[in-house]
Amino acid sequence: MNIAVCVKQTPDTETRVKLTDDQKAVNESDINFILNPYDEFAVEEALKLRETNGGEVTIISLGPDRVKSAIRSALAMGADKAIHLVADKNPSDPNAVAGALAEELKTGNYDLILLGKQAIDDDHAQLPSLLGEKLGLPAVTVVVKLDINGDQVTAEREIDGAHEIVTCNLPAVIGAQRGLNEPRYASLKGIMKAKKIPIEEKPAALAADQLEIESFNYPPEKSAGKIVGDSADAVPELLRLLHEEAKVI
Amino acid sequence: MIHFSEEHEMVRNMVRDFAQKEMAPIAIEADEQERFPKETFQKMAELILLGLPFDPKYGGAGMDIIAYTITLEELARVCAATALSYSAHVSLAASPIDMFGTEAQKQKYLVPLAKGEKIGSFGLTEPGSGSDAGSMKTTAVPEGDHYVLNGSKMWITNAEVADIFVVAAVTDKSKGTRGISNFIIERDFAGFEVGKKEKKLGMRASPTSMLHFTDCRVPKENLLGEENQGFKQFLKVLNGGRVGIAAQALGIAKESLKRAMLYAQEREQFGKKIGEFQGIQFKLADMATKIKASELMIYDAAEKKQAGLPYIHEAGMAKLFATEAATDIANQAIQIHGGVGYTKEFEVERFWRDAKLLEIGEGTSEVQRIVIYRELLKEIDRL
Repeated sequence: MNIAVCVKQTPDTETRVKLTDDQKAVNESDINFILNPYDEFAVEEALKLRETNGGEVTIISLGPDRVKSAIRSALAMGADKAIHLVADKNPSDPNAVAGALAEELKTGNYDLILLGKQAIDDDHAQLPSLLGEKLGLPAVTVVVKLDINGDQVTAEREIDGAHEIVTCNLPAVIGAQRGLNEPRYASLKGIMKAKKIPIEEKPAALAADQLEIESFNYPPEKSAGKIVGDSADAVPELLRLLHEEAKVI
Repeated sequence: MIHFSEEHEMVRNMVRDFAQKEMAPIAIEADEQERFPKETFQKMAELILLGLPFDPKYGGAGMDIIAYTITLEELARVCAATALSYSAHVSLAASPIDMFGTEAQKQKYLVPLAKGEKIGSFGLTEPGSGSDAGSMKTTAVPEGDHYVLNGSKMWITNAEVADIFVVAAVTDKSKGTRGISNFIIERDFAGFEVGKKEKKLGMRASPTSMLHFTDCRVPKENLLGEENQGFKQFLKVLNGGRVGIAAQALGIAKESLKRAMLYAQEREQFGKKIGEFQGIQFKLADMATKIKASELMIYDAAEKKQAGLPYIHEAGMAKLFATEAATDIANQAIQIHGGVGYTKEFEVERFWRDAKLLEIGEGTSEVQRIVIYRELLKEIDRL
């Protein structure tokens, strides 16, 4: 099975985000970048499918030079090949990214295209669907269970309060959700091997962004917590507040 | 200046991730219950961490000393006891077999150690001989195609769970330190027994026990390298081990600083964050400075070892400085936390208990000073 996994490099989940002075972008100077965690699920699923079906896993990432370290992380997990679509920055418009990725994916004759359901930085969650549209392929996203039998795909996806089971044929685009699998660590052997795999560089065929970011704002500062009581008697009041005020349950 | 390669950074990220996910959730409990986390070792084996520096043809990963040092640092940040058992396995048990063993010994013992199918341990210290290792009493007397071992070993890391032991014994008493040899012992050899487990201040998830040899017959093919070369062999092993012990101290120190820094930005007294008080700031600044110095010394020694240059002086200094700094830094981390720092939940108290051992094990601070002075004496004309 010839599998492509599209990955994005995102700031580490522990990053304290700082904005640029004009508040139009995130200040990248002190950021520790990682492989987008949802894309890790996609890489793991691709590796598992390769283990059962044979074939090849190709990692594709778009962005500036720094994204190579995310590509290496995916290679160290066990992927076979890598393509870096070089751009001077990560575009803010997912449609532009999908266009450039689709141009590359068209040339690869892939049976399956896997990627995270969203990136943890801009959280657009649009790429799986956009890729399906641009490639004319079925796209299933927020997938927590994937079965492939011949060219029959059965994907279980999370929807509000339930799971939906969708079937389609290969080739297809699948957006991975947490729960799909438990990503493996890069083994030391994988790290040594990843170093030797060449990353093919191509210019990203990016159309102009149609989205413009007006500004980023910091989330409001957390206000002080409230102690409702310290015994079981406080539980009803706590439940009421969580439901009515905090609106979390 | 330390320049880590991309590969080294990947090792650091992987081990950090591994330690956070697999070790952090059980670290407090393993310490309290004095339980060796065997499951962690099994998971490490899958990632080839237990064979990190050894040739892939023996089941290792073929990585360098820098990668090994980084690994110890990251493991110790989360659970120093696990790091200690890991270093005893890799650097004290497997590495002498790698350095001095015959091809047959490597196939039989190094391969299962590197693959993590077996756990390793190293026996040098005795009830009556610690820093003065040359005064050991355990004897190995040749008898036909065997040696017969008699005596006891003390403070042996991993003994409770180990399958393969590298053990030193006197083969020719008249020759002093030139009459000591090392042997590879299998756990089920008749006449060999692992004694009671010690109750310790720290490093409690890393088991420490005595070894007893009573007419234990060891096949001659289990002599490590040549007869009477044992003293030289274990000095070489211990020199390498010092960098690893220092790296564990660095890991503890870095995590102590991180915890103390974060707490200082959070805890409020007298209407402001305690980190806004100069008294706390000065403590944190001193902690960070000692960490920087430790890090430079450790990776300088590791780089020299990797390059095949003399590094005994550097390794001794790195161990002396980094381990004493770690105990001090963990102590200050408790102090900055105040009352909660004294509770197990906040972990800094464990960091301090664990750090203390590093000033004692694999050569006390005093022995390091002796080593450093001896090297100084050699360089006297160049000072």
